[in-house]
Amino acid sequence: MALAVKDLLRLATVGSVDDGKSTLIGRLLVDTRQLFDDQMDAVAAASEKRGVGDLDLSFVTDGLRAEREQGITIDVAYRYASTPTRKFIIADCPGHVQYTGNMATGASTADLALVVLDVAAGLKEQTRRHLCIAALLGVRSIVVAVNKMDAVDWSQLAFQRVVDEIETLSRQLGFKSVNIIPTSALLGDNVVEPSRNLDWYHGPSVLEALEASEAGAWEHTTTQGARMPIQWVLRQPGGGRTYAGMVCGDSLHVGDKVTLLPANIETTISAINFGGEPISEATVGLAADVDLAAETNAGRGDMIATGPLPRLVNEIATTICWFGERPLNVGQRLRMKHTTKVAPVRVKTINGIIDIERLDVDESTSLYTNDIGLATLQTANLMVVDDYRSNRVTGSFVLIDEATNATVAAGMVGRASFL
Amino acid sequence: MTVTPLRANRKTDHLDLLESHAIFILREVVAECERPVLLFSGGKDSAVLLHLAVKAFAPQQLPFPVMHIDTGQNFPEVISFRDATVERTGARLVVAKVQDSIDQGKVADPGLMGSRNRLQTVTLLDAINDNGFDAAFGGARRDEDKARAKERILSFRDVFGQWDPRQQRPELWQLYQGKVNPGEHVRAFPLSDWTELDIWQYIEREQMKLPEIYFAHERDVVLRDGMWLAVGPFVDPRPDEKVERLVVRFRTVGDANCTGAVLSEAATLEAIIAEIVVANVSERGATRADDKFSETAMEDRKREGYF
Repeated sequence: MALAVKDLLRLATVGSVDDGKSTLIGRLLVDTRQLFDDQMDAVAAASEKRGVGDLDLSFVTDGLRAEREQGITIDVAYRYASTPTRKFIIADCPGHVQYTGNMATGASTADLALVVLDVAAGLKEQTRRHLCIAALLGVRSIVVAVNKMDAVDWSQLAFQRVVDEIETLSRQLGFKSVNIIPTSALLGDNVVEPSRNLDWYHGPSVLEALEASEAGAWEHTTTQGARMPIQWVLRQPGGGRTYAGMVCGDSLHVGDKVTLLPANIETTISAINFGGEPISEATVGLAADVDLAAETNAGRGDMIATGPLPRLVNEIATTICWFGERPLNVGQRLRMKHTTKVAPVRVKTINGIIDIERLDVDESTSLYTNDIGLATLQTANLMVVDDYRSNRVTGSFVLIDEATNATVAAGMVGRASFL
Repeated sequence: MTVTPLRANRKTDHLDLLESHAIFILREVVAECERPVLLFSGGKDSAVLLHLAVKAFAPQQLPFPVMHIDTGQNFPEVISFRDATVERTGARLVVAKVQDSIDQGKVADPGLMGSRNRLQTVTLLDAINDNGFDAAFGGARRDEDKARAKERILSFRDVFGQWDPRQQRPELWQLYQGKVNPGEHVRAFPLSDWTELDIWQYIEREQMKLPEIYFAHERDVVLRDGMWLAVGPFVDPRPDEKVERLVVRFRTVGDANCTGAVLSEAATLEAIIAEIVVANVSERGATRADDKFSETAMEDRKREGYF
């Protein structure tokens, strides 16, 4: 049976608690027939047991015992949907502020954010916060479901009020593509099927908007050259060595002039392999291995790049989402994982906290749990970085607690354009 | 040098991206952890995982052993596939037996016909401890179950092997960090974002071998609790059950006494894919008694340290 070639779109749901994110994802999966009969039966049984009506669609994604008991989303649920030409990876993210780290986990790899908000409540602080984080994380396209239209009697006026709010914020945050759709996830209007109650609306349904948006935006955000952080050195029969890693930014070809960093050795790609077989081009997202013409002693943590080259730094101005339970202070030592390199860092200065409402920076000398702030980090080793705005792979890092190995922060090189 | 146009004239599709992502994860964990191991049951998912591991490190040998948690209630076809695959890839096989855990008095003996499914957790955690493994690759997919849908790609386990779904490490971008303190370990799931259909399409594309029981064949079965169980050493027909000889295949492979067959004529990969595209019952719903104990059966087992 010949199945069509599909591309891959990663999306994250964004929005405040109780605005209906999980219900909308549940509706999307049900109406595109991604759910099997036994899964539907299980959702119906769980709904009945908790006295929430015939079919509470939020139970499709809220799979943990505590989530079902409390009726909230605690951690990201990943769901999958397929149409004839596209595979969707859906990260259904939690809305509560204390689970911001989980929300950022889901949004960090997203091509697109699916924003769900309650038409009657408008843009809540938590939705603004999530949109701000999504923008910081480099999401450039949003599809906004203005939900619970049934509860406002399908009022165009109510919808338009929210549209104005969203458009103002979207302009500030610099989203490239914004698609705002009136929906009722509960009744199914405009999620997959067009609405019969919204005769004044002639735009796409949520699914149509998702199908029309750009896939692979995550890998292709760069405006610079190709990068391959070296993951592992493969020994070849006969004594040679090749360097394995995933290519980002742009493709690498046999014959390309490249620079090995931080050693700063200019050389040429003499061969590319995938899974032990020679190929001529390593496209973005491919986990290949390459051979270099020059003799080098490159290893894990080094980077192969084409121009314009990344920067070599041991002091980095960063934007940080702090998840640690204790505050982040000047002088604190942590471990940084950046591409395939792990290195000790020290907080040199904290340069402020981002005020989500005003999209401005307030002075502060510490960052507390779930704060987003600006900090300058000093690194023990020379780091090879790009600005996050030009490359989401070589511009991102996490900070790790040296004692517990917990991931305590997500960081981005540079500063968002809207600040 | 001649360059084979392996990928020429073909657009990068979702399978290419899933494959590369999995290879990337395999290499990251091997680079960051001291002693990884790959859990290999002989089922289709772990077969794909091993295939990807071989690709990730080609032309070198696998830099870690593979481990089978052997309940002793296996389908014989799966064990011969396991052994043949291990031999072909040159991997080192570690077998940890549930029977040993029973003999050592660590778990109660459920009897020949009783389910050893839940007992595997003890054997698995002991084997991880005894061998000093700090990372275990598994073939679990997020589309299999609602608890698995919530799990990170690198999933932290404490010294008791427990998973705490409320305290998962944030896992941003593709920055997988697997560092643990002594006694702790991570489970790594490179196939997290694959669906059942992706697995089958990949098997077809890579022309992979699988145990014969995945393909339609004639077998003596009994209908028990809505599932077709294969009559054999671990399933005795009860007095009220009628043994029937039917054409069946298995959609998943677990213990012989809790894995149901599905009625199917699909004898080729092509036919199986066609069947899955239109299936209306999930893979585990159709075939796994171990998930039917309660609403959160998988979450409860995972918290204890299950696969």
